Amino acid sequence: MTFRKYLVLAGITLFAAAGDSLLSYGMKQVGSISLAHWTSVIFAVLNPSVAVGILLLLGFFVCYATALSWADLTYVLPASSLGYVLLALSAKFFLHEHVTATRWVGIALISSGVGFVTQGPALTRRQRGSSSEGRASKPFGTRTLP
Amino acid sequence: MKDAYTWGAILVIVLASSTGDVLLSRAMKQIGDVGKYSRRAGLLAVLGRVVRNPFFLFGLVTMTLAFYSLLFALSWADVSLVGPASASLTFVANAIAGKIFLHEQVDHRRWMAALMVAGGVALLAG
Repeated sequence: MTFRKYLVLAGITLFAAAGDSLLSYGMKQVGSISLAHWTSVIFAVLNPSVAVGILLLLGFFVCYATALSWADLTYVLPASSLGYVLLALSAKFFLHEHVTATRWVGIALISSGVGFVTQGPALTRRQRGSSSEGRASKPFGTRTLP
Repeated sequence: MKDAYTWGAILVIVLASSTGDVLLSRAMKQIGDVGKYSRRAGLLAVLGRVVRNPFFLFGLVTMTLAFYSLLFALSWADVSLVGPASASLTFVANAIAGKIFLHEQVDHRRWMAALMVAGGVALLAG
């Protein structure tokens, strides 16, 4: 794992957290959509907050696809989940919400999960020359990316 | 009634987004390290190769489905329920799907990480 690759993981975290917050804020402005008028969900993207949220989520998608090109799915997902911690911290320090003890435990759990998975290898090593990934019977070792 | 709608939407989000994650991961593994590839062949070549990959396109369809279900769910319930509930279930679903469909080596460390993150996200909702 190089510094640049950690930057991509940080990009996933930040873009997802900011994008989701804006999307949520915008959908609250749009209001409840009933299944009978389901087409109005298409026009929800015209709300400015939803639109900017979607742009940020596009940035998230590019970082996410990049990370998946050199790391396992089961590595990328936990490794980029610090965004939930950021959301809770921003709720405390910017929105001045009360963060309960349960939430602090949740933050601690997520952080240790992230620490746990990033200690390990990022990519499952495949046997060279075997074209199908289906040969699970072959023991594969693991390696850390350069 | 609204509760049933919300949880139905959450279920659709979890299934569609983990299917999308698996397909996207599969596509990007076929393409290979995009950083190295774009230094060699240019960014446009990478983009062209990505958007022509069938796994990528099908993954995009399921992710779009997940996205619209999320919009529905957010219009019915608070983000503090929908976000953590769908995310924590998706972490567990992806650990299982990664092992079964992508044959990733999900060792104890990764199981623990997936469960810890899922549990932590669930606690944040409380």
